[in-house]
Amino acid sequence: MTVFVIRRLMQSILVLFAMSAIVFFGVYVVGDPVEILVSHEADEAERARVAAALGLDRPVWVQYFAFLENALGGDLGKSFVFGIPAIQLILQRMPATFELVIVSFVIAVGLGIPLGMYAGYRPNSAGAKTIMAGSILGFSLPTFWVGLMLIMIFAVEMQILPAGGRGPVGSFLGMQSSLFSWTGLGHLFLPALNLALFKLALVIRLARAGMRETLLLDYVKYARAKGLAMRRVVFVHVLKNIMIPIVTVLGLELGSQIAFSVVTETVFAWPGMGKLIIESIDKLDRPVIVAYLLVIVVIFVLINLVVDVLYSVLDPRVRLAAKA
Amino acid sequence: MSAAHEAVFPAEAAPARAEANWRRVWREFAESRIALAALAGVILVVLAAVLAPLLAPQNPYDLRQLDILGNLLVPGAKSSAGYTHWLGTDDQGRDMLSGILYGLRISLGVGVASGVIALAAGMTIGLFAAYAGGRVDAFVMRIVDVQLSFPAVLVALILLAVLGRGAEKIVLALVIVQWAYYARTVRASALVELNKEYVAAARCLAFGPARILFRHVLPNCLPPLLVVGTIQTAHAIALEATLSYLGIGMPLTEPSLGRLIANGYQYMLSGKYWISVFPGVALLLAIASINLVGDQLRDILNPRLRR
Amino acid sequence: MNAALRRTALGLATAGLLASGAFVTGPGAQELSMGISASVTSVDPHFHNLTPNNNIASHVFDRLVHMDEKMRPGPGLAESWKTIDDTTWEFKLRKGVKFHDGSDFTADDVVATLKRVPWVPNSPSSFRLNTQAIEKVEVVDPHTIRFKTKAPAPLLPIDLSNVRIVNRKFVEAPTADFNSGKAAAGTGPFKLVEFVPGDRVVFERNDAYWGPKPHWQKVTARILTNNAARVAALRAGQVQIIEQVPSADLASLRADANLTLHRIVGNRLIYLHLDSFRDETPFVQDKDGKPIKPNPLKDPRVRKALSLAINRAAIVDRLMEKEAIPAGGLLADGFFGVSPNLKADPFDPDQAKKLLAAAGHPNGFKLTIHGPNDRYLNDEKILQAVGQMFSRAGIDTQVATLPWSKFASDASNPKYSFSVMLVGWGSDTGEVSNPLRSLVATVGPGRGVSNRGRYSNKEVDALLDQALATVDDGKREKLLWQASELAMKDQALIPLHYQINIWATRKGITYAPRADENTLAQFVRPQ
Repeated sequence: MTVFVIRRLMQSILVLFAMSAIVFFGVYVVGDPVEILVSHEADEAERARVAAALGLDRPVWVQYFAFLENALGGDLGKSFVFGIPAIQLILQRMPATFELVIVSFVIAVGLGIPLGMYAGYRPNSAGAKTIMAGSILGFSLPTFWVGLMLIMIFAVEMQILPAGGRGPVGSFLGMQSSLFSWTGLGHLFLPALNLALFKLALVIRLARAGMRETLLLDYVKYARAKGLAMRRVVFVHVLKNIMIPIVTVLGLELGSQIAFSVVTETVFAWPGMGKLIIESIDKLDRPVIVAYLLVIVVIFVLINLVVDVLYSVLDPRVRLAAKA
Repeated sequence: MSAAHEAVFPAEAAPARAEANWRRVWREFAESRIALAALAGVILVVLAAVLAPLLAPQNPYDLRQLDILGNLLVPGAKSSAGYTHWLGTDDQGRDMLSGILYGLRISLGVGVASGVIALAAGMTIGLFAAYAGGRVDAFVMRIVDVQLSFPAVLVALILLAVLGRGAEKIVLALVIVQWAYYARTVRASALVELNKEYVAAARCLAFGPARILFRHVLPNCLPPLLVVGTIQTAHAIALEATLSYLGIGMPLTEPSLGRLIANGYQYMLSGKYWISVFPGVALLLAIASINLVGDQLRDILNPRLRR
Repeated sequence: MNAALRRTALGLATAGLLASGAFVTGPGAQELSMGISASVTSVDPHFHNLTPNNNIASHVFDRLVHMDEKMRPGPGLAESWKTIDDTTWEFKLRKGVKFHDGSDFTADDVVATLKRVPWVPNSPSSFRLNTQAIEKVEVVDPHTIRFKTKAPAPLLPIDLSNVRIVNRKFVEAPTADFNSGKAAAGTGPFKLVEFVPGDRVVFERNDAYWGPKPHWQKVTARILTNNAARVAALRAGQVQIIEQVPSADLASLRADANLTLHRIVGNRLIYLHLDSFRDETPFVQDKDGKPIKPNPLKDPRVRKALSLAINRAAIVDRLMEKEAIPAGGLLADGFFGVSPNLKADPFDPDQAKKLLAAAGHPNGFKLTIHGPNDRYLNDEKILQAVGQMFSRAGIDTQVATLPWSKFASDASNPKYSFSVMLVGWGSDTGEVSNPLRSLVATVGPGRGVSNRGRYSNKEVDALLDQALATVDDGKREKLLWQASELAMKDQALIPLHYQINIWATRKGITYAPRADENTLAQFVRPQ
């Protein structure tokens, strides 16, 4: 177990290293940040001053080694554009993204499991077919397009929900979040729904597949034969059984959801990490791009690690040593 | 979508279906009317894309054929040249029907090209990893794990930010985010096959690894590959549309469906729905048909659902 | 979780909601929400010389000279100014002005500001350009200050209209102190309440303001970079005013009885730059794809032909929703130094073909035109339309659009990668010497910094130099006329159109629209 965790961490560090190099040199290839940052009237002297102030006047590999040196000390550099530490900028934006992702998961699970179970329980009913058609749509419609349509319908035509932006945050137990303010929740609803759709379709399918497979298993047949009510069989025995893959998958999907919020945040002008990364790419704000990727990689590694470890704890059949 | 893929298509489930009987597959496939309709949809979409230059009334890439003075025409309106634009025109005076046919060609082309290249690369790597086993296998699978642990949209975003725009760059980015799915699927199937007697027999006959892998093992790994291939192609098309929406996909002069939708959305609030809605419908038709076909294939080829 | 525990948690959550005053009400009568189109990176007024930053800073900080909505300089923290001699300006400062923290505004604050401008660490774009003409500062008395310049500097008052005055206490305050609000105590009409990067900036009224009192007690500038989201927020009433109204929405916004549009001719020109420097330019080829020597774009007749091939009226009518003016010069009529003799070229494809034939290209040539896709209003649409028009005139044209981050690096000094490119230029000074100096003058120290076609004409350079050293407004104006007429006759660049700046507000609210694209809450008022 410990060996497994250590090996995993070593791999992650290699990944971090490779990613930082790729991004660092990649941004260098795209363009010159100085050109994007300076005033359009800036003369040679001003450009040279900016390059020097941001450390861009040195050869790129020197810049990279300087970056590595600082990064080892925990300093990922200052944003060119905002002039504040890149990591601080990202942490400021993180709560907005996280609350979006969490609410989207609640929607996906809260709606997806009952719908999927029903579709698996009565696979040939009209309701099940509608649900499955809906889930195919959920898979097929690109997120951005659904987001645009949601804005059109709920914000512009019906005018019952805000079109974009984050509402006021409330505080609860010292935490600041839109979750703790009614207006904030109103702002959160459409983007979260938008982000949830893909996962909702996924949960429906997982729940349906789990339901169908489990119902065919001997223990379910046995339980029925023993005279247990179907309701009890489904909600106690089957639900338990199908929850394991769903929880595992959702755990792993958490990371992709954080990344995919780039699209939703762009559509809904949601001030999270995703919008920050898009803006940083536009402005060639290299320290922020690199730091964002590193943060995402760390989040991913942590999530995967936790899921793997939990999985081995929950299910003794899975032996981590074999996997590693 | 790595985990999703893993859950929906469990790798260990695949080998049992190795001796898939294609005739049986087709019979079961045809049992579902929805699946048949979807297959018809796929064929329609493919034909439209392939025949676009013949079907389209206008070449939307030829700037001389576009007339800005005939822009934003409503569907069914006649241009000054007397031609009827059945689906209207966009802001450049581009005939939407032609734009959609050519856009479909690009979207599908990008999706299929990236799918085929990723499949070829992933398949080869997966087969050899399975055959070599040991350290090579472990090393390759670590890379696959790392690749799969990154969200496709983010990797593509960064790649395209670095590479710039254009169809071949999108294909490259999509191949990089997709190959690992295929590699993993093939490896799982191949591992099982390699333990079977016919492989041992082939080894005894001193056949080379390439021959054993491609002539004997690969055909038996095809069913799961087929499923993954359809679903991944649909994903690739959707991903390309998303990237184009974010402004880093196809250029506006050679619009894919995603680019057309994004461009047309600006006009939605003004009631000029056709620029965005029609390409949206085409995109939905393409992705949903492919997904439905893949869905049915998965149901048929998944041994755990055998009744 | 058992039921009892769940109930407790729910109760706690509800209590939390109530206690935090989470039930926020909509904007009251004296509250204003504005939809801002670009990200604000800092409220430090000297950190990043960037329009959205300057716009926000102008709520909190005053300048010595304030530009009016047509970009004419007028009194700000300085009540008047005059030249003592050719290289000395004297400014009389306003008396009785107080900073938000209660301290008095004096000449020392101006001195401190001038000291801070070039000092700001990590500044990605400083305001040094606005102050570098000043060689020496002389405080005559607390409300009189003199600036000695190296050379005659007729534009100094205009330059200083971009320099926001900070309190002398904060001369060495880092940018972070401004962002947090600690050092952001200016003399402006609003006090900074909160700056949330990427999301919003909140102000409250400065009741002790020396100028006309703003109407709004509380102002929230919400950053809504997505065009559709910004328009939707206005329609849904979440903001009362938006800037940078997208052309595509104009028709429906005009028709909406709940909204009003406010428009003014802007300071921005959209134009094509042409590589008239290299003997062989990378994106011009003959019909067989071979390079053409010499570069056809060096021939003024070819440049004129390209200009005549463009149907400006169609671009304005079809892409800009009529909210632009076909351009024949560098700045729209009404700004200082604009020659009344410059008119937009007519659309004359026949004459264009004749000129091309006369220049030795009767069959045209192959050309790729480049431009950004995320920078100017409808940039990539305009570029495509130009591509259509060139193609019709017999020039086999390809259109390539790039994100600004890539385009700007490739198009500019030292790469100069393109042959014909679409760019925009907003004249920060609101007069013609500015585009002449940056776009047309021969590339050299402080000149031609955005001359991406590397056009060069000694006569134009000489006239410009003379104008920039002439303090007398009347004489300078004539020189600017001559320089721009000469450059346009030579087709130094191909002007397309001047933008019209548009704001949309909810009915019952007015805005004095500004040529400089700024959205200032102090000029938003109820009707």
